[in-house]
Amino acid sequence: MTIAIIDYGSGNLRSAEKAFEHAARAHAHVPDVIVTADPDRVLKADRVVLPGVGAFADCKRGLWAVEGMSEALEEAVHVKGKPFFGICVGMQLMAQRGLEFETIDGLGWVPGDVTEMKPSDPDLKIPHMGWNTIDVRPEGHPVLKDIDTGPDGLHAYFVHSYHFACANGSDRLATFDYAGTFTAMVAKDNMIGTQFHPEKSQRLGLELIANFLDWTP
Amino acid sequence: MTLKARVIPCLDVKDGRVVKGVNFVDLRDAGDPVEAAKAYDAAGADELCFLDITASHEGRDTIYDVVRRTAEACFMPVTVGGGVRTVEDIRKLLIAGADKVSINTAAVNNPDFVREAAEKFGAQCIVVSIDAKQVNEPGDPEKFEIFTHGGRNATGIDAIAFAKKVVDLGAGELLVTSMDRDGTKAGYNIALTRAIADAVPVPVIASGGVGTLDHLVEGILDGHATAVLAASIFHFGEHTVHDAKQYMSDAGVPMRLDA
Repeated sequence: MTIAIIDYGSGNLRSAEKAFEHAARAHAHVPDVIVTADPDRVLKADRVVLPGVGAFADCKRGLWAVEGMSEALEEAVHVKGKPFFGICVGMQLMAQRGLEFETIDGLGWVPGDVTEMKPSDPDLKIPHMGWNTIDVRPEGHPVLKDIDTGPDGLHAYFVHSYHFACANGSDRLATFDYAGTFTAMVAKDNMIGTQFHPEKSQRLGLELIANFLDWTP
Repeated sequence: MTLKARVIPCLDVKDGRVVKGVNFVDLRDAGDPVEAAKAYDAAGADELCFLDITASHEGRDTIYDVVRRTAEACFMPVTVGGGVRTVEDIRKLLIAGADKVSINTAAVNNPDFVREAAEKFGAQCIVVSIDAKQVNEPGDPEKFEIFTHGGRNATGIDAIAFAKKVVDLGAGELLVTSMDRDGTKAGYNIALTRAIADAVPVPVIASGGVGTLDHLVEGILDGHATAVLAASIFHFGEHTVHDAKQYMSDAGVPMRLDA
């Protein structure tokens, strides 16, 4: 199984690469994880991962600056139906628009906007940085199989100041609490995305990645 | 539930080796920072911090190898500080696998470097490390001053004003070290920690002076930090990270205990 992690100059890809390799081995897949800026390799991969850190607009411009990549992503995910995993700003890019510093179009795959987090308690720190639990909607999802979630469950590592306000509640797979309820995961068709960093979330993250590799949408 | 307080063990690294050693049982090589990182990962550390104190320019490259090998084995956030002076230093650390870098002297000498770094890599990975001492006479209003060079050089810069300034420039987190407490085991300077934590919207990590587990609790509950950093109490086996987190939880601090 070939897993393409898209390299468009955003952040720490080595951790993601190693986490996918580790998780693949844990579920008896032979890991072939490539970090690539080559649209052809994305089209040939079995699964596609879009990471991202920093600001929405910078990531969007960085991704579009890789010639042929946005077209390859559309084809891989929406024509060929490959399983897709967006991480952090990679997940936020699935939205219609980002409203960080300036308004800019996202990939438009999941209806909603990426907006500033405003917890109802003004003493809470922004960025939302650190470990939090997630609450999954009752129907669940194959990528969360056998993962202990909820207030007494495993924790995920977050670091962000903006959140994905989904237009359709049905696209919001999991939430977290920070004096308010915010999107922790989105899921739609063959796509999933996490606001948190699975590659930094120890057990929860590695099990989630392994389940993603097992998942047949 | 909500966000949990973080416990961050910090390893001083020189020329690719742990300084002073780490007194864990069962480590094949107690001087290897990656072995120590793995042990902290297994013990439930919420993040890990490497402070590179390599003096020579040639030795600087050793930290990249340490970070690379750690990223292969540990799936938790890693911050690297010490000698971060240029955008290229930051880029190399992030590519090696660091999640955040901490900027200290370079931020004091040239605050605009913080803006440049945050614009280039995002505020989420830029930590500014503030080394400060309380300088007022007893009984006078509290005053905190920034020091550099391990606490030897006074700068005349007010620590609270500096903290606000670097956050405005884009720092996503502050590491506040009580230089008058570092190494004393007398506990964090709570007045300093709280003054900065209450003055800025970003998370603050308390550092410097931890001698007991109660000091960790005080850093969060009294100092208003959202994370606590400690070195020697963990390195020399006085307390495990897991015991520290359980102790903090019992004292009423929300902690992650599933790791």
